[in-house]
Amino acid sequence: MTCMHKLALGSLAALALSAGTVPALAQQGLDEPFQKTFREALAGKTVAYVPVAMNFDLTEGWYAGLKKELEPFGVKFVIRDPNWNTNAGAQAVTSLISEKPAVMVIHNPDVQTYAKLLQRAENEGIYVIQINMGSAYRSSAFVGANWIEIGERQTEGVVKACQGKSNKIAIIQGALSAAASAYTLKGVENILAKHPEIKVVSSQAADWDAAKAKAITQTVLKQNPDLCGIVGFWDGMDIGTAAAIKEAGLTGKVFLATSGGGERKGACELVKNGSFDLNMSYDVPTQAAQMAGTIKWLLSSGAKPGSVKGSEYTTLIPITKENADTQTACWNLSDLKK
Amino acid sequence: MKRVRISQQEIVFAVFAALFLSFSIFLNGFLSADNMLTLLQNVAVLGILGLAMAIVVIGRGIDLSLIAALAVPGGLVLQMVQNGHSLPASLLAAGLLAIAIGLVNGWLIAYAEVPPLFATLATGLFVAGLGQAALFQLDVVQWSDGMAGFERLGQGSILGIPTSIVMFAIACVVVFVLLRKTRWGAYIYAIGDNPFAARVTGIPSRPIIVLQYVVAALIGCFAGLVMAASVNSMPTRIFNSTLIYDVILVVVLGGIGLSGGRGGVVNVIIGTLLIGTMLNGMTILNIPYAGQNLIKGLVLLIAVITDTFLNPRNEETAQQGDI
Repeated sequence: MTCMHKLALGSLAALALSAGTVPALAQQGLDEPFQKTFREALAGKTVAYVPVAMNFDLTEGWYAGLKKELEPFGVKFVIRDPNWNTNAGAQAVTSLISEKPAVMVIHNPDVQTYAKLLQRAENEGIYVIQINMGSAYRSSAFVGANWIEIGERQTEGVVKACQGKSNKIAIIQGALSAAASAYTLKGVENILAKHPEIKVVSSQAADWDAAKAKAITQTVLKQNPDLCGIVGFWDGMDIGTAAAIKEAGLTGKVFLATSGGGERKGACELVKNGSFDLNMSYDVPTQAAQMAGTIKWLLSSGAKPGSVKGSEYTTLIPITKENADTQTACWNLSDLKK
Repeated sequence: MKRVRISQQEIVFAVFAALFLSFSIFLNGFLSADNMLTLLQNVAVLGILGLAMAIVVIGRGIDLSLIAALAVPGGLVLQMVQNGHSLPASLLAAGLLAIAIGLVNGWLIAYAEVPPLFATLATGLFVAGLGQAALFQLDVVQWSDGMAGFERLGQGSILGIPTSIVMFAIACVVVFVLLRKTRWGAYIYAIGDNPFAARVTGIPSRPIIVLQYVVAALIGCFAGLVMAASVNSMPTRIFNSTLIYDVILVVVLGGIGLSGGRGGVVNVIIGTLLIGTMLNGMTILNIPYAGQNLIKGLVLLIAVITDTFLNPRNEETAQQGDI
């Protein structure tokens, strides 16, 4: 009987114990102290985006990436498309300053045009993030490629491919007025200064135009059929350079290095089919994510616009035959938009 | 004694000959068969566009929408194939679009009597905008697998001659036959020479004007396809470039007066050759871009000034609209 009693007592005690633990399991949740202010800092804010033009892989990619990252937090995203018109761009920036968005994401057409305006914007309390093409004014943040590094690494690739060959190379520049083109050229010069054996037989501007690039390359290849490499400044233009190499039957003999945003059709596919040997990609989705991260940080920091200034140079992805097949080397615009 | 008159065409030909000769003598590698073919190949598309412009200019018009007719239908073909349509269907759509551009231009000019400069400026902007807003996903429309084989229109060679030169030659023959061997061609000259007299004599001037613009748009579309095939993509942003001035330059430099009624295919060929020789020579010399523009401008000025000295304008030769 005592045994039974003990058992009953024990189970009673267990019951009491378990009853006592139930409230402990339903304990109050812990409030994360910073998320609310973060959400409040972002909700209802306007981010204005001024690219040099829409409708090309870089600017469409940044747009899709930024939208995806920011709109879920209630950020209003507005876009001003100057369609390659520098004046229209300056006007858009000017009118934006009076509309007072929280952040302006600016893709400069050149170093000077927007510089004063961007300074004014930050004085008026607008964070300015400059992307891929900086201006003479250093704003809260710069997110983008280091053109000098692009020029250097492309040229290194070409110089290496030229070892034991003719050492004759050609350079297909972009538009002379574009700083991206001039910076890349500086990178090319940096490497060429270390390699006096390399002879530049032609260095011409093709205005970012594939047809012009093709015409120049054809003429250069006829004069120098033993050319061992070409440094091109943009993959959209160097489709023409590649077509000229292919028509001359020199695919694989002339090493073509170029650069771009890494969109699959314009980069990986063309590396795979042998048009390009090296494509330095500044991976647009990563850039977009970094821009969005910077915007989140700035808005939630409460820092006075212009009081902190920093840069985030993109880590470049060299696309070659080895990685052109991988999922991560390139991106699809259609997927990014989904 | 009869005074020797040298036409602008002959002056330009002389400039071309002088340039060609000096390049051949002083420039190593210029006068090789290979380089000659490259020279022609590089200006073939410009030449085809020059032919289209010539037809319109001879009929006393001008077509500023030509680059839109090159970029948008050509880009449409690449975009449609990329989206999974068949190549023939895409080509048909592009052809219809080009005809539509020509019909609208022609109707505006012949029936609504809008000056061609404004009418084609507006349609060109409209068509380029339409392409950007509604037809293309990106400015540069990439080649896709469905286009396989079509690149032969602009790449490779036929009997050793690069295909784009062959295409230019075909276009030359077609335009020559149209202008010189058909009644329509004779009408175009008549309208260009004196539109009022042409109408009085019973020439159906309005339909002929519409025809001019439709043919020009179709040739423009053809040039676009050759260009796209040659660079394996269609940079539709080319509408914003200065290509249209180069086309007018070829036509005017070749000796087709903007006042209409004069010139022909030969003039376009001469103008194209001059531009091609200059571009090729300067590329071989590796002259920087700014220098190239300077030289281009200088040669143009010399040609125009020489023409003014040798053929001074007077009441008899001046025409309304003469530039």
